[in-house]
Amino acid sequence: MEQPGRTMLAKIWDQHVIAQIGDDTDLLHVDRHLLHDLGGSRGLLDLKSRSLSVHNPELTFATPDHAISTARGRASTSKVGQELLTGLRTETSAVGIEMFDIDEPGQGIVHVIGPELGLSLPGCLIVCGDSHTCTHGGLGALAFGIGSSELTHVLATQAIIQRRPKTLRVMFEGRLPFGVTAKDLILALIGHIGAAGGTGYAVEYAGSAIRDMPIEGRLTICNLSIELGAKMGLIAPDEKTYDYIRGRRYAPQGEMWERAVKAWRQLPSDADAVFDREVVIDVEAIIPQVTWGISPEHVIGIDGHMPDPQAIADPGLRAAVETALDYMGLKPGAPIMGTPVDWVFIGSCTNSRLSDLRAAAEVARGRKVAPGVRAWVVPGSETVKREAVAEGLDKLFTDAGFEWREPGCSMCLAANGETVPPGQRSVSTSNRNFIGRQGPRARTHLASPATAAAAAIAGAIADVRTMER
Amino acid sequence: MPKPFTKLTAIAAPIMRTNIDTDVIIRIDRIVGNSVRGNLGKWAFGALRYLPDGSENTEFILNREPYRQAEILVTGPNFGCGSSREAAVWSLQEMGIRAVIGSGFGDIFFANCFQNGILPIVVDKAIVDGLAAEVENTQGAGRIGIDLQEQTITSPSGKRHSFEIDPRRRAGLLEGLDEVALTLQRDDEIRAFQASDRAERPWIHFTRKSA
Repeated sequence: MEQPGRTMLAKIWDQHVIAQIGDDTDLLHVDRHLLHDLGGSRGLLDLKSRSLSVHNPELTFATPDHAISTARGRASTSKVGQELLTGLRTETSAVGIEMFDIDEPGQGIVHVIGPELGLSLPGCLIVCGDSHTCTHGGLGALAFGIGSSELTHVLATQAIIQRRPKTLRVMFEGRLPFGVTAKDLILALIGHIGAAGGTGYAVEYAGSAIRDMPIEGRLTICNLSIELGAKMGLIAPDEKTYDYIRGRRYAPQGEMWERAVKAWRQLPSDADAVFDREVVIDVEAIIPQVTWGISPEHVIGIDGHMPDPQAIADPGLRAAVETALDYMGLKPGAPIMGTPVDWVFIGSCTNSRLSDLRAAAEVARGRKVAPGVRAWVVPGSETVKREAVAEGLDKLFTDAGFEWREPGCSMCLAANGETVPPGQRSVSTSNRNFIGRQGPRARTHLASPATAAAAAIAGAIADVRTMER
Repeated sequence: MPKPFTKLTAIAAPIMRTNIDTDVIIRIDRIVGNSVRGNLGKWAFGALRYLPDGSENTEFILNREPYRQAEILVTGPNFGCGSSREAAVWSLQEMGIRAVIGSGFGDIFFANCFQNGILPIVVDKAIVDGLAAEVENTQGAGRIGIDLQEQTITSPSGKRHSFEIDPRRRAGLLEGLDEVALTLQRDDEIRAFQASDRAERPWIHFTRKSA
């Protein structure tokens, strides 16, 4: 009898099973463990306090990103941020874990540098104490965020206990309309199936729009999987993937490269693979998206209006919408377009790669940030920064009135003290518009880099399609 | 190592808004640093619990009696979504919470609960809504009972509901097991896996840059 078709998730999962330890629960091998400053030294110190050693330091990599300042010279890194940085240096060096330090190529937001360095590979199982680890799925890796206790477990055992998730396939079909980006696609999906629509699933993104999409866009798509509730999101590797990885610092080379690619070609889901759930999205009906509320599911097209809580029957959902409108200082039924903004943040593991900066620069070129708006561009990594500078993007942005900063997570979660002031409104290319995410009482609207740049220029939420050239 | 969880009968506080995320449970500026544990209880739900001037928001349920004594949270859908920060669980624990009941939780938050001896219970939304209504009808005086051995919840009026839980996780909570120690008992299997995988997928294991 013929074997039934297998999903990519099943293929990668089965390849990592060390032992089955329960119904649907396995002990899985971790191929790459990424540490950052917020939790890295804590995990290593925790291990030391329990007299345990790091199982595979050579499969573990570290970089500071969360708590370091992104000001020039890292001048305003807080005392505790500095302690975390020093701790990460000391503890990784003591156990032989490679760390990419500030000002070195390799440093950056952990989900930007993994792919960039060729550490994140198709078929690889990657964990990190950060929920946006799903980003690496854009290369066909099985990647997910873990908590502090699990982090200690991985350091000690190079393995993780996981329950096999259900599978959801999302088909993005059609050609991207003018002004619409990967960010708009994934925000539209979250609006469509909700912030819990992917909970308990690993999401495979497929369809013609994904096949046509460059790798950096795929990383953006997978990055927001967790905002659907899905810990894992992944995209089948293809020629674009191999072209992206080839020659990167830690990518396999020579004969090893050939062997790896041969193995990776076996990873995509079989044509007859069955998914637990399927969703099809018509990409051609999507317009630029922007969030209005306090959950990524509070998202509308740029021509949309705020919802009316009175029209919502479910009390929990109604309460969420009421809280959201109140927190955001917005009125039911009002249009989103034209809402004045105080801040613009272009950065984060979602949208801080070179293609993101180019898209924002294309809008900013020859224009000026509106009076009263502060606009930041925070490249995702030292390498992104250097490449952008080589293209003159830093000058283009600063000429237009943007602030050009050092790589890090920065204002996405404000762990380094870089906040949007209370009551002020920001258009951000990041991933979360939660209450207080960018600072106490800060109001966040999520959007693509192009839409964020348009808001900076217009001084208000604007339709980038009327501004692009 | 987590404290065992067996039975609990306690005051419960309903927090029913959809999508309460872990940033709302504990703000990032409270958890940056390696010695934050032990001081997190008063910062749990900070954005909801305190007014901008730092005083308590009396409208927030956990600032009212008897809910201040709550050891159980009855939660709206997708509670604990968002960030992987385990400090969200630590902060709940440090304010005295030992169990959360809801129709669905953020996946990482859910896993983090078990790591700290907190029991997250998933039941149908109708049951969650019923529990919240009963608690509110008694102004919070009606206690909810949880029996992990029996896998039951008893509402303030005595309605019993059974719940499902992964047997491995149930055992872990009942006995307060140390997962790291348990996995290290399988270190031979881990090393055997790595040995054969090194032949199968050498590019995974030889990571030092060749340049």
